[in-house]
Amino acid sequence: MNYFGHVLAHLRKDLQLEWRSRDSINGMLFFALLVVVVFSLAFDPTAAMSRQIGGGILWIALLFASTTALNQAWTREQRNRVLEAQRMAPAPPSALFLGKALANLAFVVIVEAVLAPIFVVFYNLHAVGQGWLLAVVMPLGTWALVCNGTFFAALGLRTRNRELLLPLILFPISIPALLGMIQATTAVLTGEFSPDPWIRLLIGYNIAFTAVCLLLFETVLNAE
Amino acid sequence: MQRSRIFGPIGAVWFVLTLAAIVYATRLGLLIAPTEATMGNMARILYYHVPHSMLALLFPYVNFGASLFYLYWRRRDPLKALTADAVAISAAEITVVYGTICLVTGMLWGRVAWGIWWTWDARLTSMLLLWLLYVSYLMLRKLSSTGQTHTLAAVLSVFAAIDVPIVFMSIRWWRTQHPAPVFGGGPDSGLDPSMKPAFGWNVLAWALWGVLLLALRYGLERRRQEREQEAALQAIEASLEMAQ
Repeated sequence: MNYFGHVLAHLRKDLQLEWRSRDSINGMLFFALLVVVVFSLAFDPTAAMSRQIGGGILWIALLFASTTALNQAWTREQRNRVLEAQRMAPAPPSALFLGKALANLAFVVIVEAVLAPIFVVFYNLHAVGQGWLLAVVMPLGTWALVCNGTFFAALGLRTRNRELLLPLILFPISIPALLGMIQATTAVLTGEFSPDPWIRLLIGYNIAFTAVCLLLFETVLNAE
Repeated sequence: MQRSRIFGPIGAVWFVLTLAAIVYATRLGLLIAPTEATMGNMARILYYHVPHSMLALLFPYVNFGASLFYLYWRRRDPLKALTADAVAISAAEITVVYGTICLVTGMLWGRVAWGIWWTWDARLTSMLLLWLLYVSYLMLRKLSSTGQTHTLAAVLSVFAAIDVPIVFMSIRWWRTQHPAPVFGGGPDSGLDPSMKPAFGWNVLAWALWGVLLLALRYGLERRRQEREQEAALQAIEASLEMAQ
C-alpha cells in the first residue's frame, strides 16, 4: 500500500466508527447549538449588530464544539491498546495522523452544514459581501482548528488532565487562525472590507502547521 | 551524592558585576538622564520597561534553539539532550517572567500616559499572545507525565516558534483595519542621544541579570534531573537484588 492508501484506510476506519456510533457529530452539533442560543440570549442582537458579531460567535461555537470532540478523537485508539498496535504497524505514523485529521475535518464540516441554516435563522443573517467566499473560508478555518487540534489531542493523550490541557495549548497557538477566520467571515457578512488578506493568512497558517504536524507526529506518537 | 556549589567563581564574579550594572543603570535612568519633554519624570519607566520587553522577545529564541537541539539529540545522545532541555525550560520561564514585567510596567505607563490600562494595540496584543504561548508551554510541562515531558515540550516549542511570526503579522493587519484610538508616545520616534547611555546600560544590566537567572534555573533543573537519574538507578539496582 502506498502512503495515500494508508491515509485512506485510516480515514475509512474513522468514518465507519463514527457512522456506527455518531457520538462526536451529535455531541458537537448539540453543543454548538447551545452556544449559539446562549450567545443569542446574552447579546440579543439586532440584524446589523449580528452581522458584526455573527462571524465571531459562529467560530467560537465551532471552536468549543470541536475541542470537546477532539478530546475524544484518540480515546477510541486507546481502547484495547489499538494505539500500541498502530505504533508497531509498518505504516507511516503521519498517515495515521492525516487520516484522523481528515475524518475530524469531515465531522466538523457536517456540523457546520447543519448549523449554518440554524445560525442564519437565529441571527437574521444575510451576507452583504460575496457570500460564496464562505465556502472557501469555512473549510480553511476548520482545517486550521482540526489539524492542530488532532495533533495536540495526540500530544496530550498520556498527560494528566487531558481534557483541560487540549484547550490550554490549542487556543494560544490558534489565535492567529481564529483572527483570520473571524475577520474573513465578518468581512463577507458585512461587506465593509476585503477578506482576501485573511484568506491568505489562513492558507499560509494551514500550510505551515500541516507541514509541522506531519513532520513531528512520529516524535509525539513515540514520546516515551 | 556530593552537591555541586550553586555559585562557581565565575558565577560569583558575574553576580557582583550584574548587581553593579543594575545599580549604575538605575542611577543613570532615574537621576542622570534628562527629563523627557512631554511626559516628565514618568517617562523614566522607559529604562525599565523597554529593556525587559526586548529581552522577553530574545529568550524565546533560546528556548526554540534548545528545543531543536533536544529533538536532534533525543535518540543520538540522551544525556546531552537533557542539558538542552534544561536550557529550554529555563529560557521559557524567564520569557514568562520578563514578559510579565513588560506587560505590568507597560500597563502602569499606559495608565499615566494614555489614561487607560490597556488598549488592543498591535504591539501590546502581540506581547500578550507571546506571553500566553509561553504560559501554555509551562502548563504542558506541568501536566505531562514525567517520561515524555521533554519531548512534548520541545514539540510545542517548535509550534510556538512558527506561531510567533504569524501572530505578529496577523495582529498588525488586524490593527490596521481597526485603527486604535489615540496612540501617542512610544520610543519609536527615536531616542534623544542624551538618553542613550542610560538606555544602553539598562539593556546591558537586565540582560546580565536575565543570563544569571537562566544559569541559576539551569543549575537547578540539572540537579533535579541528576536526582531523578539517581533514583531510577537505585530502583533498577534494588530490583536486580530482589531477583537474585
